[in-house]
Amino acid sequence: MRRGKVFLGSLLLCAAKYKEVKAMSREAVVWVIVSGILNGGIYALAAMGLSMQYGVARVLNLSHGEFIMFAAWLTFTFFTGFQINPLLSIAIIAPGFLLIGFLIHRTLFTTLRKRAPSPAAFEANSLLVAFGLMFIVQNIALLIWRGMPRGYTWLTRGVEILGVSFSLSRLIALGVAVALAVVFYVFVTRSRVGKAIRAAAQDPATAGLMGININRVLPLCFGLGALLAGIAGVLVSMFSSLSTSMGMGYTVIALIVVALGGLGSIPGSFIGGFILGLIGSLVGQFQSSLIMVAFYALLMILLLARPRGLLGKA
Amino acid sequence: MDISKFTSKKFLLSAGFALAILIFLASFPIYSSNSEVGVLTTILMYVILTVSWVMFSGSTGYMSLAVAGFFGLGMYAAAFLYPRTGPLLPLPVVVIVGGLVSLVFGLIIGLVTLRLKGMYFAIFTFGFSVLLYYLFLFYELQIRGVRGLRLTSITNQTAYYIVVVVLVLTLLAAYLIRRSRFGLALQSIGENEDAAAHMGVNTTTMKVISFAISAFFIGATGAALAPKWQYVDFTVAFNMLYSFMPVLMAIFGGMRELYGPVIGAAIFAYAERALRLRFPYQYMLSFGIALILIIIYLPGA
Repeated sequence: MRRGKVFLGSLLLCAAKYKEVKAMSREAVVWVIVSGILNGGIYALAAMGLSMQYGVARVLNLSHGEFIMFAAWLTFTFFTGFQINPLLSIAIIAPGFLLIGFLIHRTLFTTLRKRAPSPAAFEANSLLVAFGLMFIVQNIALLIWRGMPRGYTWLTRGVEILGVSFSLSRLIALGVAVALAVVFYVFVTRSRVGKAIRAAAQDPATAGLMGININRVLPLCFGLGALLAGIAGVLVSMFSSLSTSMGMGYTVIALIVVALGGLGSIPGSFIGGFILGLIGSLVGQFQSSLIMVAFYALLMILLLARPRGLLGKA
Repeated sequence: MDISKFTSKKFLLSAGFALAILIFLASFPIYSSNSEVGVLTTILMYVILTVSWVMFSGSTGYMSLAVAGFFGLGMYAAAFLYPRTGPLLPLPVVVIVGGLVSLVFGLIIGLVTLRLKGMYFAIFTFGFSVLLYYLFLFYELQIRGVRGLRLTSITNQTAYYIVVVVLVLTLLAAYLIRRSRFGLALQSIGENEDAAAHMGVNTTTMKVISFAISAFFIGATGAALAPKWQYVDFTVAFNMLYSFMPVLMAIFGGMRELYGPVIGAAIFAYAERALRLRFPYQYMLSFGIALILIIIYLPGA
């Protein structure tokens, strides 16, 4: 009896949502698109980081989102405790995270890679090690900042876009994200180090034979992934409230974008980030608790239909 | 002659050992306190999860992270069939239904993921567990409007005996699979899937069936434990730790022999019980460190 009511209720809910879609006002459309793009910038940055770590270093870093979370909380502490401008804290966090990522790979994953009998065994083991890292980072954060969600306000002045108001800090975050993405793309495609990274992405063993120091390039890629996660974390903290459990969501988002854009493809991750941002804000407009359901469903469908990614090379 | 005599002696020895453990398990509640029975139930739960996980992933080499999903499905099946307002079915039937629900999902996942190799399978099964978490979150908070389901409670002893029965069945199944042609086929998939297929092993059928069997035992365990905990919600049911703990325990104990995962799971579950309540953050922190050290230094255990 009650179950029937619940079913009927959910049907009515769907019908009401359909009406909402049809009756969406112009403001709502603008809001969905702009906030989708604003979120998409962060997603793109996070995904480019994971693409470095998984696409090149072959470490499926489940703790990627935890690095984003940790950087966001660090920014929070810098801002509330030492009055350091969030944009300035990028200058502290970015090199710090690059170094930490480099050292993590040198101590953990390089050892794993040397001992692994096959690339597949390395991938499975590194996934588990990354899961352990996730616990470590998350619980260090819990010990420092405890479980309560917090946040700070910075540049909340509104800016009007086509009649809808968005906070200035979100626009700055998007600007920084896009600028960094371009810089990063140029670095990977134009510089000598970038060439080594691309060679290692294709085939680490052959790249090693060609005179590339694989034991330095792979840790560097992992470090660059951590750096991008750190910057994404700083940007996230500028406009949203922080919790110590927010990391997992970002890991999954990055994973989906990487699956969407193709493994190791930086333009793919960039475009994929904005696509996912738009999907998220569209679903969130109607039922915010379904965003994660939609994301996971998308991930599974993508894995089944196009495991190499929509833009990836087969 | 000598060899067969030796093996039969060895067989008798291990059979006697198994019998002794069974007698110990069966008589444990008679001379132990209620809370000790509860602790042993949790340990046995992890043993079942680990042995079931090894049944599929240990031999085929496909890393499944769907344990939390199957476990949670079993728990929710029990929550619907054994509610606080009065059980709809007797408990053993509920446990079997919980297992069957997971079995069906195991078959479906097995069939749709046939094409996925290696890492993609792990990501997919991980996504499956977390997707269920968010679906049930949506169902409880948005559609039902109340978080969590209450169950008719059962005593620690009842839950314990059901878990022991499930454990014995799981071990029996794992033992029989290992000894059979079926087990050999699974082993050959793990070693080289293409070669196995060329040798005439129907790799897809083998993978799907063993995945579904392991899902059955995981779901049954979830359904058996839900009434003991009296309450089920999405965070209790689809906790990702259930997916990662068996992997860790299996690697810790080693997967070559049947008793490896059993010992690994028992040691780990005991350590967890002892530490988790007193220092939750420190426990999880050291869990992460232990996980990393085990993977790096004991890859084959």
